[in-house]
Amino acid sequence: MSATDTASASAPVDNQLGAVRAGLKRRHAQERRFQMIGLAAVFAALAMVAVLFGSVLFKGMPAFWQSTLHLQISLNADVIDVGPPPVQKAGQNPAEFEAELTDWRRALARVSWNKILEKAVRGVLPADLADAKTRDIVGIVASGERYALRDMVLEDPSLIGQTIDVDLLADANVDNWLKGNIDRSLGQSRQQLSPGEQEIADALAEKGVITQSFNTGIFFNVDSRSSPASAGLAGAFMGSLYMMLVVIMLAVPIGVASAIYLEEFAPTNRFTDFIEVNINNLAAVPSIVFGLLGASIFINWMHLPLSAPLVGGLVLTLMTLPTIIIATRGTLRAIPPSIREAALGLGASRTQMVFHHVLPLAIPGILTATIIGVAQALGETAPLLLIGMNAFVASVPSSPMDQATALPVQIYLWQGNENFNFFEARTNAAIIVLLGLMISLNAIAILLRQRIERRW
Amino acid sequence: MNDISHSPSAAKATATKAPPEVPQESAAVPKMRAEKVSVHYADKQALFDVDLDVPENQVISLIGPSGCGKSTFLRCLNRMNDTIDIARVSGHITLDGENIYDKALDVVELRARVGMVFQKPNPFPKSIFENVAYGPRIHGLASAKRDLEEIVATSLQRAGLFNEVKDRLDEPGTGLSGGQQQRLCIARAIAVNPEVILMDEPCSALDPIATAKVEELIDELRENYTIVIVTHSMQQAARVSQRTAMFHLGYLVEEGPTDMMFTNPTDKRTQDYITGRFG
Repeated sequence: MSATDTASASAPVDNQLGAVRAGLKRRHAQERRFQMIGLAAVFAALAMVAVLFGSVLFKGMPAFWQSTLHLQISLNADVIDVGPPPVQKAGQNPAEFEAELTDWRRALARVSWNKILEKAVRGVLPADLADAKTRDIVGIVASGERYALRDMVLEDPSLIGQTIDVDLLADANVDNWLKGNIDRSLGQSRQQLSPGEQEIADALAEKGVITQSFNTGIFFNVDSRSSPASAGLAGAFMGSLYMMLVVIMLAVPIGVASAIYLEEFAPTNRFTDFIEVNINNLAAVPSIVFGLLGASIFINWMHLPLSAPLVGGLVLTLMTLPTIIIATRGTLRAIPPSIREAALGLGASRTQMVFHHVLPLAIPGILTATIIGVAQALGETAPLLLIGMNAFVASVPSSPMDQATALPVQIYLWQGNENFNFFEARTNAAIIVLLGLMISLNAIAILLRQRIERRW
Repeated sequence: MNDISHSPSAAKATATKAPPEVPQESAAVPKMRAEKVSVHYADKQALFDVDLDVPENQVISLIGPSGCGKSTFLRCLNRMNDTIDIARVSGHITLDGENIYDKALDVVELRARVGMVFQKPNPFPKSIFENVAYGPRIHGLASAKRDLEEIVATSLQRAGLFNEVKDRLDEPGTGLSGGQQQRLCIARAIAVNPEVILMDEPCSALDPIATAKVEELIDELRENYTIVIVTHSMQQAARVSQRTAMFHLGYLVEEGPTDMMFTNPTDKRTQDYITGRFG
C-alpha cells in the first residue's frame, strides 16, 4: 500500500492502529505467561533430577566408606602348623606334586583363622573387656574376612611366622551400629548386634581400631550373603559388560543395516509399510514380554544356559533393535536430499551414494542412536528376571556363557535384602555405579561424535 | 581426459561454426531425442507426450511458468526421476540413437554420459579437490594420483574457478560463495567428461555477477558439450541458448531457434509468457 492510499483512508487506519495497540498489551502478557510456564517446567524438571541425584548420592556415598578394623595379626607358625609349601622335587611325578600341594592347601584351610583373629582383636581390647566372649569378638569381623586372610597366606606362604598389618571389614551389623543406621534406644531384643558386640564395637571405634575407610571391596568383590559387609558389584558389573558386548555386536550392525536398507534401498510398497508399522509397534512392546520370549526361545527351545549374559544380551538385543532402527532412520532421513542427488547425478550407484556420502554424514546420529539403545539396554531389569539373571551368583563370570547377574538386577536384589539398613546404602551405591557407567557411555559418544563430525 | 569430444567431428563442426543460426532440424542427427514422453507422479500426469530434439553442441533452454514440467522433462534425460518412487515415465528417449530407458542400459553409465547441475549449489561436504575428484574416481577415469590431480585442475580451469581456489583445494567446498559453489558443481560435472550437461535453473540462487560468470561459462562449454538448461529468466534463455523450448501445463508448446522464439513466437501462450503476461 502506498502513502497516498493510507492518507485517503485515514479513518480506518486510526482505528486499526488503535486496535493493534489495544491488543499489544494482551499479546505481550500472553507471551510472558507462556515463557514463564516454560521456564517453570524446565526448573521443575531440573529440581526433580536434582532431588533424584541428591537422594541417591546422599544415601549411597556412605556405602563407599565402611567400618574397617586395622589389626596387627601375628601368623605364628605354631598356630598355622602346616609347614612350608611343598616344592616340586626333581623327577617327581606332576600328579604326585599336585596332590601334595592340595593337601598343604587343605591343611591351611583347616587352620583356625577365627582363633588368630580373636587373638589379634583381644590384643587391642581395653582391659575392662578382657572377659569378652569369643563369639562376640569373632562376630565383630565380617565373616568373609577370615577367608580373605587365608587367601593372603595361600598366595604368599612366607607370611607364616610374621606379624602383619591388615585392614579387615567389620561385620555389616557393626557398620550399622557405628554409623547410626539403627536406633540404639531400641530394646536389646530388637537389636541386630548382641550386647557384647555392641560394647566391643564402641570400644574399638573409640580406640581408632575401627575407622570408616574407603571400601574398594564394593567394586572388586562379588555378591555375598554369608558376609554382607564384603558384598560387591564385580560379578554384576562383568555380567552387564558381557551383555552390552553382545548388544553392541548384534543390535548395532543389524539395526543400522536394516535402517539403511529400509530408508535407502527398499521400495515403498505394502510389504515395507507393514514392516515399518511393526518396527514401530515393537518399540512399544513392554520389555518383560521380550523376557518371556527369551525364556521360551533361547532357553527352552535353543537350550542356552540359564542366567547367562549371552541370553540376556540376546533378549536386550531384541528389545533394543527397534530403538536403533527408528533413530537411525530418522538420522538418514535428515541428510539433505541434495547430497544424494549430487552423487546420483554424477553416476554414483545407490550403494556408492549411501556409503560415500550419506553414511559419513549420518555417523554422528547413528552413534547417538546406538548410545540411546545401549543405555536403555544397560538399565533394563524386567526381561532379565525372566531368564534367571536374578539368581544369586557369587562369582565373576569369565565368559558370556557363565552364570551372572547384571547391575540393575543387583540393585533389585540388594533392595530386597533383609538386612535393609545395611543394604540401603549399598543399593544406592550400585545405582551410583550404574549411573556413572551410563554417563561415561554418553560422554564417550559425545566425544566420538565431536571427533567424527566435521563442520563444513 | 584431454580428449573431450565423444562426438563425430563432422557434427561438431556444423554446430560450432555459426551458433545462433542453427542447422536445419533435419540436417544434423540430434544428440538426444525424446518421443512421446509422458510422466506421471502417482495419479497426476505432469508431462504429456513431449517430442523434443536436443541438438549436439548447442544450448537448448527449457522455459515456461512454474509447474509446467520443464524440470520433470530435464530429469527424464538422465533418469533422475527413477529416484522418485511414485514417478512413472513412458515414451522413448534416445542418446546417440540408444534408448536410455532400455533395460540393457545401465543408469550409472547413462549418468556418466549425461551430467547434471542442480538448482541449489550442492557441493559435497568434502574438500574442493574431493568434490571434483569424486566422479572420476568412482568411474575409474584416473589410475594414478597425478592423473586425478590433472583432471581436477583442468575441470576447475574449464569452470573458471581454478585461479580462485588453486591455493585452497583442501578446504571445504561448502565454504565457497554461492556462485563459486555452483561453478564447483559444474566443474564436478565436467570432471566426468559427460557428453550432455543438464542444468536445472543453475543461476536461480545466484546474484547477477555470479550469474554472468556462469552464463559466460555455459557459452564456453557449448564447444565441447551439449547443454540443456531450465531457466526462469527469459533474458538468460536469450543470452545463452541457441534453441528454446516453451512448456506449459505439462505440454511442449513450441520449440525453435531462440531468436525466432523471442521475436516471432507462433503460439499465443509463448507470446504471453515472454511478454510477461503470465508466469
